[in-house]
Amino acid sequence: MLWYIGRRLLQVIPVFLGATLLLYGLVFLRPGDPVAALGGERGLSPAAEIAIREAYHLDQPFIVQYLYFLKGVFTFDMGVTFTGRPVVEVIAQAFPVTFQLAIMAIVIETVFGIGFGLWAGVRKGKLFDSTVLLWSLLLISLPTFVIGFVLQAVVGVQLGWLPITAGRDPDFISLLMPAIVLATTSFAYILRLTRTSVVENITADFVRTARAKGLGRGKIMTRHVLRNSLIPVVTFIGIDLGNLMAGSIVTEGIFNVNGVGGTLYQAITRGENVTVVSLATVLVVVYIVANLIVDILYAVLDPRIRYA
Amino acid sequence: MTPRKRLMGLGAFALASSLVLTACGGGDSGDDSSEGTSTGIVTISNGEPQNPLVGSMTNETEGGLVVQQLYSGLVYYDAEGVVHNEIAESIESDDNQTWTITIQDGWKWSDGTDVTAANFVDAWNWAAYGPNGAKGAGFFDPIEGFTETQGVPEFDEEGNVSGMAEEPTAETLSGLEVVSDTEFTVTLNQPESDFPIRLGYSAYFPLPDAYYDDIEAFGEKPITNGPYVLEDWQHDSEINLVPNEEYNGPRKAQNGGLDFIVYTDENTSYADLQGGNLDILENVPTSAMSTFEEDLGDGAISEPSASFAAMTVPEWLPEFQGEAGLKRRQALSMAINREQITETIFAGTRIPATDFTSPVIDGWTGEIPGNEVTEYNPEEAKSLWDEANSEDPLPDDYVLTIHTNTDSDHQAWVEAVCNGYINDLDIKCEMTGYPTFDEVLNERDKGPDGKVNGLFRAGWSADYPSLQNYLGPLYSKAALAGSNDGRYESDEFDAALKEAAAAPSLEEANTLYNKAQEILFKDLPGIPLWYYSTTAGHSEAVDNVEFGWDSMPLLYEVTKSE
Repeated sequence: MLWYIGRRLLQVIPVFLGATLLLYGLVFLRPGDPVAALGGERGLSPAAEIAIREAYHLDQPFIVQYLYFLKGVFTFDMGVTFTGRPVVEVIAQAFPVTFQLAIMAIVIETVFGIGFGLWAGVRKGKLFDSTVLLWSLLLISLPTFVIGFVLQAVVGVQLGWLPITAGRDPDFISLLMPAIVLATTSFAYILRLTRTSVVENITADFVRTARAKGLGRGKIMTRHVLRNSLIPVVTFIGIDLGNLMAGSIVTEGIFNVNGVGGTLYQAITRGENVTVVSLATVLVVVYIVANLIVDILYAVLDPRIRYA
Repeated sequence: MTPRKRLMGLGAFALASSLVLTACGGGDSGDDSSEGTSTGIVTISNGEPQNPLVGSMTNETEGGLVVQQLYSGLVYYDAEGVVHNEIAESIESDDNQTWTITIQDGWKWSDGTDVTAANFVDAWNWAAYGPNGAKGAGFFDPIEGFTETQGVPEFDEEGNVSGMAEEPTAETLSGLEVVSDTEFTVTLNQPESDFPIRLGYSAYFPLPDAYYDDIEAFGEKPITNGPYVLEDWQHDSEINLVPNEEYNGPRKAQNGGLDFIVYTDENTSYADLQGGNLDILENVPTSAMSTFEEDLGDGAISEPSASFAAMTVPEWLPEFQGEAGLKRRQALSMAINREQITETIFAGTRIPATDFTSPVIDGWTGEIPGNEVTEYNPEEAKSLWDEANSEDPLPDDYVLTIHTNTDSDHQAWVEAVCNGYINDLDIKCEMTGYPTFDEVLNERDKGPDGKVNGLFRAGWSADYPSLQNYLGPLYSKAALAGSNDGRYESDEFDAALKEAAAAPSLEEANTLYNKAQEILFKDLPGIPLWYYSTTAGHSEAVDNVEFGWDSMPLLYEVTKSE
């Protein structure tokens, strides 16, 4: 097992290099000139333009810029943004908030998704099952920003039950609404995944055997049905953690959460290559680690799966 | 006559005290000893400043609003755009070219040191010197010796700056001279009658001696001389200002402090305003344009702003050159139904333009001879276009293109204008979209070598309330390397600008600037579209909210009880 984890961690290196090179290339290929954009309609004086280009190595060819970036990654000094803030500081500020938000969303979608899915699967074809299926379909088809704005207008502005925006130093309560919005779509997916697996497993041979040997209903459900039904769900959650970290741009915007999504979006529009690639790099690492954890969890859930 | 029309009064300041909300956010306003001022902390929607908080480094509105509260310059603008002395005791000149500026005694920086004439001269020299890379460097261009501080740039084959052919030969502007602690002189390259008006712009703010010790750290925690000082800047989230106790000028803070809240989505700040979490909203989101006056009641603000929109007709397009070309330009201007577009697409928040400047600027008149081309006249337009075609036929497959970035709300009006051309002129018209603003900029700057083979969108906001600030940067030969992107060149127009700049009084200068506009209407290097409005709002918790000529709230005036 340890050997396996070590090998997987070693794989991070080529993935990291490949991903950053690709990202840097894509950002570099983006048309337009960030320095020209800094000047706006008025334009910068040529001398100022040159000074800014030099400061950010923008006068260098692509590969040199990329090497500067790599050097920055390994010395934990990835340069500064156009405002003069160290990129490391930007990362340190953006990630904890997004991480907290993602974890809250994961907990919400997992608890409710698995709970509802299990119940619906057991009561297959009954009223509860069909109602839940219909609702989950509705949630999947609604775009996040619709859910976000509606929830904000009703629960935040009109009823005043939860804070409208998260703002500075958000706490649990102010992140609750964005977390619920983030969780909705995935909640519906997890519910459907769980339900399908439960329906499949409940009629499986090993469940019949367990029942035949006189095991209680509760034990059968938790030890046999649920445990075996969780493998696809865990895979989904692993991928979803990455999505939640990177893909919460819309939700973070609506609730004014100062996390990775918003920072990334602004950096892209400003053409701040270093910030974009640095943030994306951290996201790549998050993805890799999340997937590693998922793979290890497989072995825990299903002893038949072994790594050597 | 004041040119400034209020579309929506701000008169009713009743019953606010019964609905006071507790001030949220940081900043200990505490024991303000001054009488008559409120102590509540006002919250304002803003974006994250994109530059250090230094006047000459800031060229965007997000940072500009904060910088204006932190620093005091020689003069300041009131809500109507009228210039008043702030630190200046007097700004005098006999010939509009050599100016003697004396400053008042007793002004202090927040670290306790005195504000001296040298603080101005040093700050201006630093900002002008090319290698320092200050974004406001261009504002020192009129001062003698500016070219020597810039060096000579080198250009690559695409016309982009690629390096320096010659380094600057001087580090300081020869036109600046410190006479004493309270007096300095400025010599300009040529007379500029509106020079005192310009001095309220943030690029001309002074800097303390401490600035040069650690330039990078200063922008994060500046030492300032304005109505407020910076207490905390939590990036991407909040900026907290508290009143400056050393400040005794005309812009004395009437509240307990300012909290700028950074929003990335305008709809969100609007929701916060409605929910009582925000006091002043700088921009009403497009989605609420048609409902905000109803939603906000007395808190709704809509008034003309200093921004002006036009479509530039690039001089390099053969079909728009010569006699026939001029007729086509006129036809294109007359075939735009400005009234209808501003009403239906912009819900009345833009105002049809009748000149090349803005109604909030002193000297503006809607009555420039030749501006009849801004009136919708489809018959005349069609006959002019046909006449031009008989003199100089266009190819059968001619398609008129309008180039714009599509990341903002430009698509709708470009399509409306195009449809007008298709219907009224019976031509083909298409939009050429660019995903981001810097891409259009890039292509525009390349001129005939770029992709721009049609009209392009041009927006302009004044930095200081002067007619010159529109006409010079957009259409003078001197601005060919700068923002005269259509590459319009007219000796007659340049001479008219020069004459206006040398006028003995501002009023005479304004008359002459408007004469210069007649030449623009004769040549039509651009087609005026509309003036923007400031659409903003405030909560019931605050009183005395006024927006200035530059669409920025006069925050020091705002009162809020705790």
